[in-house]
Amino acid sequence: MSATADRDVTPDSSARPGKGPFRLSPLNQRRLRNFKKNRRGFWSMWIFLVLFVLSLGANFIANDRPIVASYKGELLFPIFVDYPEEKFGGFLAVTDYHDPFIQKEIRDNGWMVWPPIRYSYNTTNKAIPEPAPARPFWMMSKEKRCSAYPDKTEDANCTLGNWNWLGTDNNGRDVVARLIYGFRISVLFGLILTLLSSVIGVAAGAVQGYFGGWTDLLFQRFIEIWSSVPQLYLLLIIASVLVPNFWILLGILLLFSWVALVSVVRAEFLRGRNFEYIAAARALGVSNGTIMFRHLLPNAMVATLTFMPFILNSSITVLTSLDFLGFGLPPGSASLGELLAQGKDNPDAAWLGLSGFFTISIMLSLLIFIGEAVRDAFDPRKIYA
Amino acid sequence: MSETTTRKDDADGRDGTPLLSVRDLQVRFRQDGTVTDAVRGVSFDIEKGRTLALVGESGSGKSVTALSVLKLLPYPAASHPGGSILYKGDDMLAADDRALRRVRGNDITMIFQEPMSSLNPLHTVERQIGEILKLHRGMSDRQARERTLELLDQVRIVEPESRLKSYPHQLSGGQRQRVMIAMALANEPDLLIADEPTTSLDVTVQAQILQLLKDLQAKQGMAMLFITHDLGIVRRMADHVCVMTKGEIVEDGPTERLFTAPEHPYTRHLLSAEPKGEPPKADPTAPVVMTAENLKVWFPIKRGVMRSVVGHVKAVDGIDVEVRQGQTLGVVGESGSGKTTLGLALLRMISSDGRIVFMGKDIQGLKWKETRPLRRDMQIVFQDPFGSLSPRMLVADIVAEGLRIHAGDLTSAQVEERVIKALEEVGLDPESRHRYPHEFSGGQRQRISVARAMILEPKFVMLDEPTSALDMSVQAQVVDLLRDLQKAHGLAYLFISHDLRVVRALSNDVIVMRHGHVVESGSAQEIFDNPKTDYTKALMAAAFNMEAIEGAVVEQ
Repeated sequence: MSATADRDVTPDSSARPGKGPFRLSPLNQRRLRNFKKNRRGFWSMWIFLVLFVLSLGANFIANDRPIVASYKGELLFPIFVDYPEEKFGGFLAVTDYHDPFIQKEIRDNGWMVWPPIRYSYNTTNKAIPEPAPARPFWMMSKEKRCSAYPDKTEDANCTLGNWNWLGTDNNGRDVVARLIYGFRISVLFGLILTLLSSVIGVAAGAVQGYFGGWTDLLFQRFIEIWSSVPQLYLLLIIASVLVPNFWILLGILLLFSWVALVSVVRAEFLRGRNFEYIAAARALGVSNGTIMFRHLLPNAMVATLTFMPFILNSSITVLTSLDFLGFGLPPGSASLGELLAQGKDNPDAAWLGLSGFFTISIMLSLLIFIGEAVRDAFDPRKIYA
Repeated sequence: MSETTTRKDDADGRDGTPLLSVRDLQVRFRQDGTVTDAVRGVSFDIEKGRTLALVGESGSGKSVTALSVLKLLPYPAASHPGGSILYKGDDMLAADDRALRRVRGNDITMIFQEPMSSLNPLHTVERQIGEILKLHRGMSDRQARERTLELLDQVRIVEPESRLKSYPHQLSGGQRQRVMIAMALANEPDLLIADEPTTSLDVTVQAQILQLLKDLQAKQGMAMLFITHDLGIVRRMADHVCVMTKGEIVEDGPTERLFTAPEHPYTRHLLSAEPKGEPPKADPTAPVVMTAENLKVWFPIKRGVMRSVVGHVKAVDGIDVEVRQGQTLGVVGESGSGKTTLGLALLRMISSDGRIVFMGKDIQGLKWKETRPLRRDMQIVFQDPFGSLSPRMLVADIVAEGLRIHAGDLTSAQVEERVIKALEEVGLDPESRHRYPHEFSGGQRQRISVARAMILEPKFVMLDEPTSALDMSVQAQVVDLLRDLQKAHGLAYLFISHDLRVVRALSNDVIVMRHGHVVESGSAQEIFDNPKTDYTKALMAAAFNMEAIEGAVVEQ
């Protein structure tokens, strides 16, 4: 019911959106409204964003060194700079700020501000009251908690900051710190992998769909062969040659994950290349690249954006399962998969498995809810009264 | 709002209560908090065996009114704040789903505009029609088959036996619409609602379908609610006419009275809205812009495992074309006759055989890249104003796109200036360049398409049915616009259309195409006043008088 009588040549200006470079087209405004209407997805997005931004600042939340310290009138930033211990009268190459001697030295000659959790993901807590894996500290009495310190309950280090809120893993490392860092590395890994594989997948799908014919046929057959290569075995083989780190793992997974989007984008381009405005652009002499980028890509973006949260989810899951199997990130890295594996190995230490499980399931659920809301927002038939 | 009078004075012995009585019907759409009143208080009556036409341009609310009768609107986004629809005394708006299902497809049936999308592509004709018979009449397979054959025969499908196993895509547009009608008639309805039933059909087929509907109505005595924007059809089909605009009936009356003595200004506007005027005088000395000799576009048919070529679809088969500066060559033909293919081949948009000379240069052998500089001088305006503009680009970017390629040295201020000039030239407010295409109506979009073609100041423009998706009064405006632009810039047009009225208003010369061949060619006057071949005669009769000429010349 949009078209009205045609005699008035200027369209009525009431529905005109605001000006400026950031004004959204009415279509996008509608999508934003639809997204907000999905309360679950909307709030999931905010919760996820808060968690993600917090985890980006993980070094300020959980670290085994003070954020700032003042020592003999000099302002130090141990969080950014590795000060050798001889600065404080010790002998190690890197200062251990948990050492009571160093702590005393700094406190006598200035002050220091600790992050709320005084462990990093790889800090071994030498003062745990029971053999690792130790229980969460709130399950112990104060005496028990402080029993590993020289001055027992009177010790300055027996404070909230030194609590292991969710206990330690079997190497004596704080579980909360490992969760925060693990969350960060998982999400970052997922985001980078998703982004890169989307770029490659969209480009490949675009070329296939736009040119069609032999290009399409050969490319499709190649993808069929490529995606039937057993990924896990390949990873095992590569892991035996190269020591996998973050980027190598990313590269290997990228080799296969770009295929996910190709079929969707290809279909969009196959459909789109027959649109009349594409013929119009060709008739104007617009080059193929420009047509693909300016005229067809926006159509394919809807499908791509709808898929992205789900690809992000699967990327995170793949990383976690590789870590769980022991083929993932190098030993010692903060990794949710490794935490799960420890939970499996220590069934009596329930806090390991449970905290790993809840972190992963909450993270994945939030992402799925966001993905659902995004899908709703782009669905042209979804009508909210 | 005017109160519709039932034709009580009719002396044909019907009882006083109408079959369908719509009283003060209102339809409201609600989306994202905005409320649109699509129909505001419409009243009319239909008596048994008679035809009422709802006429109006797109957006007038006529289809919404028709869909309300069977409650087929997208509820709850749509709602009826008021009014009633009484069918044999029962209020349909208050009826529950069970009651509605009994009426739908049985007492009241509908035919829609687009027969391809109204038929299930995965069902054969037999299953398609049989379904309703089994549903409402509880017929067995054999009974349903017999009745289906009878119905196909009634709607004059040739060799109904062989068509039973056909899928919709194996039928022509006219045959599909006949199947739709057969489905609608299957249960001998009291009321048939026809929503633009012939709009997407060729003129000759349209004439046949209208004739068929009229015959069937006379035989079965059903009432018809006819929705259309085409006044010619109304005149031929309807007993009573309601003219709708902006959700209201502004005038209604017996067909004869309405056509001879229209009262409301909008009715008069509609009646006067036919494309008029004459093309500029033919000048045989004007320089030739585009010629083609023995042009052929053959698509290979490949069969078998080895995809060997077993034959060709000859979309264009040996056609000569000559277009002179400042003049228009009209290409006329029904859908599938190859007229668009011809145009695209001339512009080297698809590959072809035969000599094509554009502005003294043979362009047939050029590679795609080599044709790019030529694109500046030859442009296309497409049929569908909704499909030919990229929905995600601003109007300014759409119009300027050609400039960016062919005049890359312009500064952005110069580009903007040219865009403004082009928009002004096609009669659009230059300020509207900061908007997206969907904010414009069909006619305005077509103006944008024209502006996009004209901004490069081309020599030759192919107009591919530029008016056929538009309302009648808008068609006339676009035709005037095209003629003015031609006069101002000395443009050569290749005007492709199946609408002979529009072709007559624009063309100096005409070629009539059928199955890739030229049936007849010559000056426009000669062809329109004195057609020689039977096919052209049938085409003229269908287009101007809506008469179906039976016989071998015209297909179903």
